[in-house]
Amino acid sequence: MTLKRLLSERRAAILEKWRDRVFGCYPPETAGFLRREADHFSNPVAYRLTEGLKGIYAALVGESSAEQVSAHLDEVLRIWAVQDFTPSQALAFVFFLKPILREELAGELKADAALTAELLDLESRLDGVALLGFDVYMQRREKLSELKVSEMKARISGLLRRVGVDPATL
Amino acid sequence: MSLPKPEELARVSYQPPARGWMEVKPDFRPGTYCNAASPKWLEWIDYPYPRAWSVADEDWQLPENWKEIVLEGMEDRLARFRSLKLFFDICVRCGACADKCHFFLGTGDPKNMPVLRAELLRSVYKRYFTRLGKALGELVGARDLDESVIREWFFYLYQCTICRRCSVFCPYGIDMAEMTILGREMLASIGLNIDWALASVAQCYDKGSHIGATPQAFKDMIDFLAEENERITGIKTPVSYNRKGAEILFVTPSGDYFADPGTFTLMGYLLLFTYLDLDWTFSTYAAEGGNFGWFISHEMGKRLNAKIYHEAERLKVKWILGGECGHMWRICNQYMPTWYGQVPSFLEVPVSPITGTVFENARVHKMVHISEFTADLIRHNKLKLDPQRNAHIKLTFHDSCNTSRGMGIFEEPRYIIRNVLPEGHFFEMPPNTIREKTFCCGSSSGINANENMELRMQGGFPRANAVRYVHERYGVNHLGCICALDRATLPTLLQYWVPEVEVTGITELVGNALVFEGEIERTTDLRDRELVGVGEQEGGEEEE
Repeated sequence: MTLKRLLSERRAAILEKWRDRVFGCYPPETAGFLRREADHFSNPVAYRLTEGLKGIYAALVGESSAEQVSAHLDEVLRIWAVQDFTPSQALAFVFFLKPILREELAGELKADAALTAELLDLESRLDGVALLGFDVYMQRREKLSELKVSEMKARISGLLRRVGVDPATL
Repeated sequence: MSLPKPEELARVSYQPPARGWMEVKPDFRPGTYCNAASPKWLEWIDYPYPRAWSVADEDWQLPENWKEIVLEGMEDRLARFRSLKLFFDICVRCGACADKCHFFLGTGDPKNMPVLRAELLRSVYKRYFTRLGKALGELVGARDLDESVIREWFFYLYQCTICRRCSVFCPYGIDMAEMTILGREMLASIGLNIDWALASVAQCYDKGSHIGATPQAFKDMIDFLAEENERITGIKTPVSYNRKGAEILFVTPSGDYFADPGTFTLMGYLLLFTYLDLDWTFSTYAAEGGNFGWFISHEMGKRLNAKIYHEAERLKVKWILGGECGHMWRICNQYMPTWYGQVPSFLEVPVSPITGTVFENARVHKMVHISEFTADLIRHNKLKLDPQRNAHIKLTFHDSCNTSRGMGIFEEPRYIIRNVLPEGHFFEMPPNTIREKTFCCGSSSGINANENMELRMQGGFPRANAVRYVHERYGVNHLGCICALDRATLPTLLQYWVPEVEVTGITELVGNALVFEGEIERTTDLRDRELVGVGEQEGGEEEE
C-alpha cells in the first residue's frame, strides 16, 4: 500500500490528533472550548483552523493542487498573524504533523521499509509547506501594515476628494 | 544552546501552563492596546492627572494616593449605581456568557470571557467591600488592589466594546457594558485614558466634532457633498445650517461627512430631505452625533450629549432627527432622562411632517432614527424608488450592537433594504450572528485606534467569519449597516478577512434608488460606479 493511500484511509484519526495538538497551543480553558463547540459561527477560530488543516492535509495526499496549499495555510495563518503567536510558534503547527504521522503509522512503517522512504519524502515536502507558510505569514503581517495606512487615508478620504485628490492614487 | 531541528521544535509544547487567573498577567504586545492619552487632551476637558506616559512604561506615574482614589471611587459608584452592586453580588459563575464575547472568540484569551473580565473588578470589590473577602481573601476570590491589577483593568476594560452580547445570554442580565464604563471611569480618575478616545472627546467638546473640524470645514465639506449629488443626479440638494425656526434639527456623526463610505450615506440623507422638501437644519455646534464621552464616563457622555439638546433649544426646532449612528441612538434613548432627570420640554413629540406618524417611542427623548423615519415613509408609499439602480449590490445586513441589541431596531432597516434592492439581492447571515445575537464590529467604544489593529482584527473575526459565509454561499458583495462607527471600522476588518465585500450605509442605497422628477439619466451610483445595464443598448444586442 502506498503512503498516500494509507494517509487517505487514516485521515480522520490523523487530522483529529493534529487538530488537538493545534488547539493545545491555547490556554487550557480556551483549548477546551475550541474542542467542544461544534457550531461554525459560535466557534469561528476552531472552524477556520480545522478547514485550513484539512486543506493542507488534502494537498499532502495529492487531492488538491500544490498552488492551493498557500490558501489553506492562509486559513490558519491569517488568524495566527493577529493572535499572540510569534512567527516560529505560528509555523510550528506544520511540524506537529511529523511525530503524529510516525506514531500513527508506526506498525505499517515497521512492516514495510518502502513506506519509510516515502515518509521521508513526505516530511521533506512538509518542510516545504512550512517555508511557504513563512511567505503567507509575512503577507498577512504586511497586509496589517497596509491596512493601517489605508485606514488613515480613509479617515480623510472625503476631504481629499474635496480638494480634488483621488484617495486611491495616494 | 544548539539550534533546534524542526522535529525538536515540533516537540515543544506550546500549551501555556494551567495557572490561576490571578497569576497570569497581561502581555502588552504592540497592536493589542491603545496608546496612552496625551496630557493636552486631559487639560482641554479638565480631566485629572494629565501627564505624559506610555503603556509600555514600567512606571505609569500614578498619583501617590491612587489606591485611595480608586477605592473611594468604587465606594461612591457602589452607592450611586445599584446595578453595579447587584452585578457584583449576583453572578453565580454559570459560564453562560463565557464563550459569547467576540473578544474571547477572536483572541482566545480566557480573561476575555465576560465572567472573568468582570471578576477583575469583582475581586477588588470583594476584598474591600465584603466581610467574607476581607476575612478570607483569595480563598473567596478576593485580592488586594495593586498596580498590576490596575494594569489588568486597563488592558481588559479596553478589550470590551460595550456591545452587551454577553448580557443577552446571562440568565441574570448582568450588563458587562455598565461595569466596563464604570471601570474606565475609575481608571480615568487616576489619569489613565486612551488617546484615541480622549482626543475625540476633547475635540468634540472644544470644536464640535470628534475630528476637530471647525464650523467652516463642516459646512465646506457638506456643501461639497451636495455638489456631488448635483453632479451625479442633476438634483440640487440645498443644505441649511444653524437655521432658527426649522422644524427638525438633523444630527449625524462626523464619520458621515469626512470619511468614505459614510460620505455617500450623507449624500443619501441630503437627497432624501430634498425629495421630501423637509424643513430641517444642520447645526455647526451640535455637529457630532457620536459620543465618545460615553465610552470613558457617564459624566463626559452627558457633557457631550448636552450640546445636541442645547442647540435644539436655541434653534427652537420641534424635534431631532438622527442619522445612521449606533451609540448616539442608545445614549439618547437610554441615558438622557436619567442624566437630566427630566425630558426636554422645549421639544415636541416627533411627528413625521410627510406621513403624520407620531413617533410614540420617541416621546421621552424627542429624537427619531433615520431608519425609523425612512421605513415609515416607504410604508406610506411616499417614496418613488427604482431598486434596479442597486442591482450591482448583493447585500447582507450587520445589526449594529447599539441600535439592535441596545434599542431593538431590527425590522426598519430590513424593510428599507427590501424596498430599495431588487428581489433576491438581500441575504441574512446565520441566525446566531444577527439581531440581538449580532457580533460586534470589534472596534467600537473608542478602541478603533490604528495602533490597536491586531486586537481589532481579532475582535471582529466572528463578524467577518459570518460575512465570509454569505459571500461564499450567495455572492454577497456589500455589508450594510446603520452605524457610522461600523462604516469607519468594518471596511478595514473586511479588507483583512473578506476583501471582496464592501461596506455601505442604508440611506446611501435609498439615495441610489430615489427617483426625482427632473433628474438627469442616472448612469452611476453615488460612488460613481456604473449601474447594471448602462451602455448595453449601445452594444446592439439587448437581453430580455
